[in-house]
Amino acid sequence: MTSKTFNVILRVWRQAGPGREGRFVEYPARGVNPDMSFLEMLDVVNDEIAARGEEPIAFSHDCREGICGTCSLVINGKPHGPNHGVASCQTYMRSFKDGDRIVVEPFRARPFPVIKDLVTDRSAFDAIQQAGGFITARTGSAPEANSVPVPKEVAELAMDAAQCIGCGACVAACKNASAMLFVAAKVSHLGLLPQGQPERDRRVLAMVATMDGLGFGGCTNQYECSAACPKLISHDFIARMNRDYAKALFHSAFRPAAAGGAGA
Amino acid sequence: MSQLESRIPPGALAEKWSRHKSGIRLVNPANKRKYEVIVVGAGLAGASASASLSELGYAVSCFVFHDSPRRAHSIAAQGGINAAKNYQNDGDSVYRLFYDTAKGGDFRSREANVYRLAEVSAQIIDQCVAQGVPFAREYGGLLANRSFGGAQVSRTFYARGQTGQQLLLGAYSALSRAAVSGGVRLHTHAEMLDLVVVGGHAKGIVVRNLLTGEVTRHAADAVVLATGGYGNVFNLSTYARGSNATAIWRAYKRGACFANPCFTQIHPTCIPVTGDYQSKLTLMSESLRNDGRIWVPRNRDDRLKPPASIPEVERDYYLERIYPSFGNLCPRDVASRAAKRVCDEGRGVGESGLGVYLDFSDAIGRLGEAGVRERYGNLFDIYHEITNEDAYKVPMRIFPAAHYAMGGLWVDYNLMSNVPGLFVLGEANFSDHGANRLGASALMQGLADGYFILPYTIGDYLATLKPGSRPPADGPEFMQAADGVATVTKRLLSVRGRQPVSHFHKRLGHILWQHCGMARNREGLGKALQEIPALREEFWANGLVPGTGDSLNQSLERAVRVADFLELGELMCRDALAREESCGCHFREEHQYPDGECKRDDENFAHVAAWEYAGEGTAPVRNAEPLAYETVKMSVRNYK
Repeated sequence: MTSKTFNVILRVWRQAGPGREGRFVEYPARGVNPDMSFLEMLDVVNDEIAARGEEPIAFSHDCREGICGTCSLVINGKPHGPNHGVASCQTYMRSFKDGDRIVVEPFRARPFPVIKDLVTDRSAFDAIQQAGGFITARTGSAPEANSVPVPKEVAELAMDAAQCIGCGACVAACKNASAMLFVAAKVSHLGLLPQGQPERDRRVLAMVATMDGLGFGGCTNQYECSAACPKLISHDFIARMNRDYAKALFHSAFRPAAAGGAGA
Repeated sequence: MSQLESRIPPGALAEKWSRHKSGIRLVNPANKRKYEVIVVGAGLAGASASASLSELGYAVSCFVFHDSPRRAHSIAAQGGINAAKNYQNDGDSVYRLFYDTAKGGDFRSREANVYRLAEVSAQIIDQCVAQGVPFAREYGGLLANRSFGGAQVSRTFYARGQTGQQLLLGAYSALSRAAVSGGVRLHTHAEMLDLVVVGGHAKGIVVRNLLTGEVTRHAADAVVLATGGYGNVFNLSTYARGSNATAIWRAYKRGACFANPCFTQIHPTCIPVTGDYQSKLTLMSESLRNDGRIWVPRNRDDRLKPPASIPEVERDYYLERIYPSFGNLCPRDVASRAAKRVCDEGRGVGESGLGVYLDFSDAIGRLGEAGVRERYGNLFDIYHEITNEDAYKVPMRIFPAAHYAMGGLWVDYNLMSNVPGLFVLGEANFSDHGANRLGASALMQGLADGYFILPYTIGDYLATLKPGSRPPADGPEFMQAADGVATVTKRLLSVRGRQPVSHFHKRLGHILWQHCGMARNREGLGKALQEIPALREEFWANGLVPGTGDSLNQSLERAVRVADFLELGELMCRDALAREESCGCHFREEHQYPDGECKRDDENFAHVAAWEYAGEGTAPVRNAEPLAYETVKMSVRNYK
């Protein structure tokens, strides 16, 4: 594919370290090929910055195929950029045109502090997962895989939720910095499956409590989260989680022991 | 010369593992918590091992260079995981899975290891289902399967095109559970930069914190490396950008033998290269070959014509033509080589001429567009994002790309390297895939090693150690290793040359792709062995690593890894040159049958080449572990 190259100007958030003052700095990106990915364009700009003896722009990335959840850019105000259902690394320069001024920022949310430039600390998600995002199944103790049939529709719905790549775009997109979509995806994936029933109540209670404790906000039903989600995870799962949570609270009122911290 | 004892248990092939397990030394449950085990890496192998070892009671520390263990590159595996469940009633068995895998590897893997892998495969599926991995299901609620290359049964379990993601999230959830219960201490942003060997045994590691630059020392009773493969040595590959060889390379330089480094898999179905800026190549799952048909024009003048305008008779479905019984589902090495050949003939499609069609029009006719979308929708979406082409309307264009490393650190039957106390799992070791890995068997191996093999075999080693006998982390060996790490970092930062690290990585990739890729020959390898040391010298004289060593510095991270690739690349070429035969991925042009197929030399090369580091500037020593096939006859691979 031969394509005409073009030039854009990047306006990039630079911040030397955690808690330091940051600012926008402009960099020209010349000779951009429309078939380049956004991150490849940043690679090229970074090599130029380095050649001038300056420090390149730090940004998170790894698999570059939209599945590891590492990349986390806010491009022109949108987490993961202008296109629907893709991660930053799957954003291609053909989405921009000659002369564009492109603003590039990190995911912004109090529970995701900036480490450097465009890199943020999203370990809060691991803490939520550790609170109860699992089915206890000791290695070696599993029954025969086909002994518990799972209706196809249920498995598909669980998979819709399980696709979450843990990038945090939902949090970055939300004016409340709510992590409800992330947590709802985990809770729904495991709570839909028959294997997930024994820990269903304690899972949702523990994960929600941890989420709240880490400073994520509440949901006010604007659904910016699912609009920004690179896997298009539906906000219907939030409703499902709220239902699970209410049920679990109700159960725990009668069986206080069931509400204990999961995993202990 | 190292003594390589494979420790394959005696007895009939099918009984080796159960007999071995029964005879393995055990550690008293009350003593287990007194043993500290370090696991490096949290992909399928590392996460499953960490969780399982902590469930047994060991004190586990898990180190990952990512910000979260869930980011490991196992997450990107698309197609599926093999298991000998025979749910399809199509004649599958442990023996068949074993045989397909051994044959797929062109008889250059260790027979007993491969059999064990097939044996535990069914248990893996049980374990993953119990964890809540949402595998594809039939309407009746039972598990679904699909077919993969190199097999004539349908034994692959899958979760849409995201099987690796779902399996990794399963292992990660087990690890998360262990982390909160205190059984596993998790260290993120922590890159292992050296192995510490005390008295001949692996006793710890040196780690650099990627956020602060702090170098720390960690002592243990055993060290487990589950750090993945080294295919990024090619620069352009399907690996994540961060995947690297540094942990295993540093272990090699501390005495662990590196086995079959030239066995690297070039995967046939990836999206072709478009430009020099490109940072990675994206895989299109092998599962697509179930329904897609691969072809190029018969006539090279047609190669730039719109594919729809080329009539059926003018198309060459070359895999179906050459390999009628396996067709589009022949193994990866065979399919890649065939693609290279038709492109070398000038029949490659797309502007670069380096591409072949993967065409779904027949499948769409048979299943409808919706049927194809249900099976492969996410892959078609990925293809569209990258190429801006709609593969429901025009055939995909694909080309081979570096994808996996069959080679890796040498291990015995217990997955222990020749350095006692150093265990190596998953893609980082060499043992199960021989000279070519079949599709859907990497996930199987990673989880087999972590869930069902290491938890047994590590006890056999730990039982020989007195609890609490590990050396302190401030002993001389630890201090010396930490100093070495700091020195290398300082040296990289002080070069301040003119060329960025990416420049050297690209050039190394070019050399290896050219001379140690899908086809190799004596002359080319000789040339590469001249060029790589020269490039390395240039890197150390003219490399540009901006910034400092005391905060997040991604250029420095890459420089450390590329410096190791520049050494590993040379060893790969040395290995490829010494192996005077063709087998699996290793196609030496001097050794082929008249029809262009691999010509093995079982008399002289039915062995593992395990390279031993002999010091800087000294040629490494090539040790050989003979491969004894007791049950299977080494035959000429035939997929025709």
